[in-house]
Amino acid sequence: MDFSFLSDDRYHLLDAFWMTIQLTFWSAIGAMIFGTILAAMRVSPVPLLRGFGTAYVNIIRNVPLTVVIFMMYFVLFSQLGLRVATREVGVNPQSYIDTTNFRLAVIGFIIYTSTFVCESIRSGINTVPPGQAEAARAIGLRFTQVLGIVILPQAIRSVVAPLASVLIALTKNTTIASAIGVSEAAVLMNTLIENESDKLIPVFLTIAAGFIILTLPIGLLLGRVAKRVAVKR
Amino acid sequence: MSDGATFLYDIPGPRAKRRNLIITIISAILLALLAWWIFDTLNSKGQLSADKWEPFTTSQMWTTYLLPGLYLTLEAAVLSVIISIPVGALLAIARLSDHAWVRWIAGVIVEFFRAIPVLILMVFAAALYAAYTSVSPSSRPLIAVVTGLVLYNGSVLAEVFRAGILSLPKGQTEAGMAIGLRKSQLMNSILLPQALTAMLPAVVSQLVVIVKDTALGGILLSFPELRRAANTAASNYKNFVAVYIVIAVIYILLNLTLAFAAGRLERWMRLRRGGGAVGAQGGPDGPDGGGVPTMVSQTEFGVPGIDESITPQVGIRPQRQ
Repeated sequence: MDFSFLSDDRYHLLDAFWMTIQLTFWSAIGAMIFGTILAAMRVSPVPLLRGFGTAYVNIIRNVPLTVVIFMMYFVLFSQLGLRVATREVGVNPQSYIDTTNFRLAVIGFIIYTSTFVCESIRSGINTVPPGQAEAARAIGLRFTQVLGIVILPQAIRSVVAPLASVLIALTKNTTIASAIGVSEAAVLMNTLIENESDKLIPVFLTIAAGFIILTLPIGLLLGRVAKRVAVKR
Repeated sequence: MSDGATFLYDIPGPRAKRRNLIITIISAILLALLAWWIFDTLNSKGQLSADKWEPFTTSQMWTTYLLPGLYLTLEAAVLSVIISIPVGALLAIARLSDHAWVRWIAGVIVEFFRAIPVLILMVFAAALYAAYTSVSPSSRPLIAVVTGLVLYNGSVLAEVFRAGILSLPKGQTEAGMAIGLRKSQLMNSILLPQALTAMLPAVVSQLVVIVKDTALGGILLSFPELRRAANTAASNYKNFVAVYIVIAVIYILLNLTLAFAAGRLERWMRLRRGGGAVGAQGGPDGPDGGGVPTMVSQTEFGVPGIDESITPQVGIRPQRQ
């Protein structure tokens, strides 16, 4: 086993995984917010919002993430002309391209992952006993209060474990950002395989170890959190 | 969900009705504005003009690009699921083995391949085949894609089957042992068949994940599945928007059909169980089966109908309480 490429300064292993972490971080925050809004829409008393939420989730969830990411580039960026970064004169254009691709990828991940967040939270809402909502309504809370004060806090506590699975899946899915040229771990692995073709197994084990180091703590930590915050009934 | 959610709010009175109407109008305006902006921008760039969509009426578009791509997507997906099922069953049995070291090895394999992105597995498989086997370069991408998908989905299905076996009533194992079956006989002729059939809807739902994941093959491996083939077409005809919309629709129709099939299968099997043909519920022998975690608790995460049925990356792991 020859791991000499680790000390070769042509390859930026830590930079690649730092990119993976950044992609995961921003996408997770965005998906959590947008997914919660979608879940609220899907249980709201307004039929139009319910319909929109249902349609959105069922459409996006059935499209491959690869297609979503490519659409960010070919449709959102190229045709709809959404500029997610500003181009400054005199600055290396490469950094503009990198920022654009990064942000487009994050938008794509948010669009896709929020559907899974939404479905997790909705299943959490279904685990809250109806008596909770009925009691909240009986003391005169309105829908936003019922949801915000009584239901969602309990629902989110019961979906920590499924949300952890979503987060782990998101971490792994960030490799798809390589499709629009974000230089994260999958791109690095591809380069390594081309240049160090005699060290395939060490290369694979290195990249695999990186992902295990990223995903294992999420599962263990959030598993513990899930147990601690679970609503005792 | 209709009956699940209504307890969240009162039946609207006159004021609530008015408020709901206002919210409806405001959100309708916002959605209309968004739709109009998309339409107007695409239109001003000429993306909606007839010549961008005309290629879809020619046979060349379909016979050269989309249909061969779709065929490869389906081929990879079907091959993967067919190979994944026995691999998953084998790993599930190994994880339930009486020998600690077998359990341990299977556990490491399952957890390892579930922690690695499928794209990484595919890239590695392709490199491995290129370096150490004589697989021809033309068939290498397909085999690499299938390998990646089997390693990942075999591990996922192993967990599904294991949960299925664990959810069978204890009486099944006890009855098998009472009539003197060996461990392998017990597993092969009593536990596994029940778990496999009970988990069939979950397997069909997993097919949705597999179909979507075949698109990974086109990113770094140049496997010409539907997305990549369509991309080639789009660069020829210069109609990226139209092509990507069309393939998104193809994927959606394909996956909705699969999800629908999974839902039908689940309902059919529940009916069949209700008729008492299969003893997954422990048969009609009454209350002492009641406390056992039977199939109902197993399928809980997929119960309310089709659109709930096992959200791909979300619900596969049996959720811990």
